[in-house]
Amino acid sequence: MTTDKTQPTPVNEAEPGATAPRTTLLRALTAAGGAAAVVSTFLAWTWTAEFPGDLTVYGYPGGLQLLTLVLGIATALFALAALGLKGLRWLTPSGSTQALRMLALGTFAVTWFTVIAIAVDLDGLVNLEPGGWIAAVATAAPVATTFLLPDDTRPLCRPEKLPSWADILIIAGVFALGLYVVNYGIQTDADHPEPFIGYLIAVAFAAVALIKAGLVSRISELTSAYRSTTLVAALITAIVFPFFQDKSSFTELGVNIAIFATVALGLNIVVGLAGLLDLGYVAFLGVGAYTAALVSGSTASTIDVRFPFWAAVITGGVVSLIFGVVIGAPTLRLRGDYLAIVTLGFGEIFRLAMLNLDGTSGPSVTNGPDGIPNIPPLEIFGFNFNDDHSIGGLSLDSNGNYYLLMLLVTIVVVLIFSRAGNSRIGRAWVAIREDETAATAMGINGFRVKLVAFALGATLAGVAGAVWAHFQSTVVPEQYVFAGPVPPNSTFLVAAVILGGMGTIGGPLLGATLLYLIPKKLEFLQDYQLLAFGIALILLMRFRPEGIVPNRRQQLEYHETGQLDVPGATGLKDGAVGVTKAEA
Amino acid sequence: MTTTTTSPVLTATGVTMRFGGLTAVQSVDLDVHPGEIVGLIGPNGAGKTTFFNCLTGLYIPTEGSVAYEGTVLPPKPHLVTQAGIARTFQNIRLFANMTVLENVLVGRHTRTKEGLWSALLRGPGFKRAEAASKARAMELLEFTGLADKADHLSRNLPYGEQRKLEIARALASDPGLLLLDEPTAGMNPQETRATEELVFAIRDLGTAVLVIEHDMRFIFNLCDRVAVLVQGQKLVEGTSEVVQSDERVIAAYLGTPFEGAPGAEEAAEVEAAEAGASEAGATTGAPQDETQRGTTARTEDGQ
Repeated sequence: MTTDKTQPTPVNEAEPGATAPRTTLLRALTAAGGAAAVVSTFLAWTWTAEFPGDLTVYGYPGGLQLLTLVLGIATALFALAALGLKGLRWLTPSGSTQALRMLALGTFAVTWFTVIAIAVDLDGLVNLEPGGWIAAVATAAPVATTFLLPDDTRPLCRPEKLPSWADILIIAGVFALGLYVVNYGIQTDADHPEPFIGYLIAVAFAAVALIKAGLVSRISELTSAYRSTTLVAALITAIVFPFFQDKSSFTELGVNIAIFATVALGLNIVVGLAGLLDLGYVAFLGVGAYTAALVSGSTASTIDVRFPFWAAVITGGVVSLIFGVVIGAPTLRLRGDYLAIVTLGFGEIFRLAMLNLDGTSGPSVTNGPDGIPNIPPLEIFGFNFNDDHSIGGLSLDSNGNYYLLMLLVTIVVVLIFSRAGNSRIGRAWVAIREDETAATAMGINGFRVKLVAFALGATLAGVAGAVWAHFQSTVVPEQYVFAGPVPPNSTFLVAAVILGGMGTIGGPLLGATLLYLIPKKLEFLQDYQLLAFGIALILLMRFRPEGIVPNRRQQLEYHETGQLDVPGATGLKDGAVGVTKAEA
Repeated sequence: MTTTTTSPVLTATGVTMRFGGLTAVQSVDLDVHPGEIVGLIGPNGAGKTTFFNCLTGLYIPTEGSVAYEGTVLPPKPHLVTQAGIARTFQNIRLFANMTVLENVLVGRHTRTKEGLWSALLRGPGFKRAEAASKARAMELLEFTGLADKADHLSRNLPYGEQRKLEIARALASDPGLLLLDEPTAGMNPQETRATEELVFAIRDLGTAVLVIEHDMRFIFNLCDRVAVLVQGQKLVEGTSEVVQSDERVIAAYLGTPFEGAPGAEEAAEVEAAEAGASEAGATTGAPQDETQRGTTARTEDGQ
């Protein structure tokens, strides 16, 4: 695209066309290993269908074998691309070895996980058919060969420019693939954890491989070049999601993910942009939910009114806003951790207040621990949300209706986030987060700007809470705790933001999806869920502190060396020296 | 250059700052007139930066008042900036993870008023204001010579350019008075000269400048008037010549001779120190020299 040449990396690069015969041999062996893994998936790995996924059939891969098959094919293709096969070079724009290692490791991990799971589940290695042994050996070999390969990481080479229809087709294909991958994960058998664990392993290794190969950078170049196309593609992908679900419970997963992702994105304004740690955010969700429930016309409500849905949502948002201002106004004048402590307290006070406003310990408002059940189903313009509907031959059940409604809220919040973030007030938030003293010296009224962020976050949570109350058709105090195994809780939301990537739009959406989906699918962990959750967070913070979807700023903050933001190629040395000097 | 006929942009009257029992600044009066460059010098710990913080509302002065163009300023940093006083910091305080352009745009904050609603609705007024802010910011980057680095993260700029960016960011609020806190600290002679040019250019734009600096050559080249602060009190104020020849200033920086000490030896010492002082700031060792001198001065004054 641009004419300027990127500077060569310090890594000693193998000259193209002059590759050592040893390297060629190793790459060929890797390709053969991948192919062997593919072949092995057509064999039976075990003799009984008791193991989930039915791995007993010759000539047709099934269950976990599919993952080995896909990763095996990918390993073979990338190895062929590394060998310089024409037509495959586009697979590895920034080097093949690291990607090959990840793919080989992924194939190995998935296959060995399957084989070991068969042996453990069915009590003994004897349950493995020869196919299983072949697969185990075939996938171990490429791991060895790829780690003997020299590292050929190079700066992203830009391929020739494709016609724009081809670019758009690629974007569409990427989103279709993404939808398929997410769907595959959601639809894995919930009664057996093995398929989902295998899926997680495969996706994690494949994702790292794609990043190492430079394909992710290529795609993000494309998506930023065709912004509107990408947005439309993302929208279509999100809309068609419920039509692909054959079970209502899968759509329900989708609704919950959409709700928690939206709430996490609202929290991201407070935490990610303005840098205010809110540890009681779930209480604002609760304020919205309770308010909407009280005015919904529920038989259990202590107020005998029935607002239309839009009015209930606005009421929920406004009441949350008022609470946000009441909590924020005295605390945001202070700097430091006071806000975290106050919001933590507010979260607990809210739950306890809802528990005690039951008519015996306090005024009768919330029915105490019973909550407010029987919130009537939504009806907008005669469209009843609890009935099944059929649109153009596609049927949509109750969960599907709510999913689309929630999607609308998500889109609104995404718009608010991006528009507010990229404006005078958004810059003021980031400035306050970066250095409050300097920000006030630049004429920013710190208190006011922080209060706007805090109140906006509270309002968005209130709106999401109002929708959630209608979807659940009941609200109880125990949903709004600080920490617990079931979302939503404040820890879950903060973790979703930090894990996904602070200050980004994609980050909290992805973070909330993962944090909701994984515990749902791994219910066998039960009491150990929180333990696993904690360990996963520690590992992530150790190895990727900027989150899964890094903000360009954060990426630089945590990884000093890369001069990632510099347009074109300017001296890395300058920047490095500047940093050290500034800190000295 | 000194114009006494016009009314001053800045009038500090009897500014006193006490931290518990310590009086960091004691009833300092200072006027800055339009189009003037005024220097503020003094040994380390003399209270220069504290005085700056009192002027910009970061500290609330224990006594005294600060007025901008005749209006007494409330001790709130953002109101001071809004009134027309902008500042830079002794230890660079850029928004490290924002781009160079964004840093300057933050400086425009007080001169724009688009709130949350207009940001969400994105009306034509919002777009116009954003475009105007961006144009003004680019103008300032052009002025400071950073235009080609507008998209870099400010943390990645070399040290000298970070200092320049701080000045550009301060100028973005269209100030009538610019306070520079040691703008050449840690710079090499070429960079110092470039900064000198920049400060002259800022003055020519009609902004008065009050500058703290340890580099004496820089100060005496630049300033129309110099005030000397020692132990929180203003010792002298006047033109470069007056200040340079004032015995109390020399004593404050170099100390007074011990009684009964061999005269010749003392004289040689003073000479050596003076030679050092003329190079102060040009070498990295300068601040340490300064510290030693400051301490000497203090102990002797105490006797």
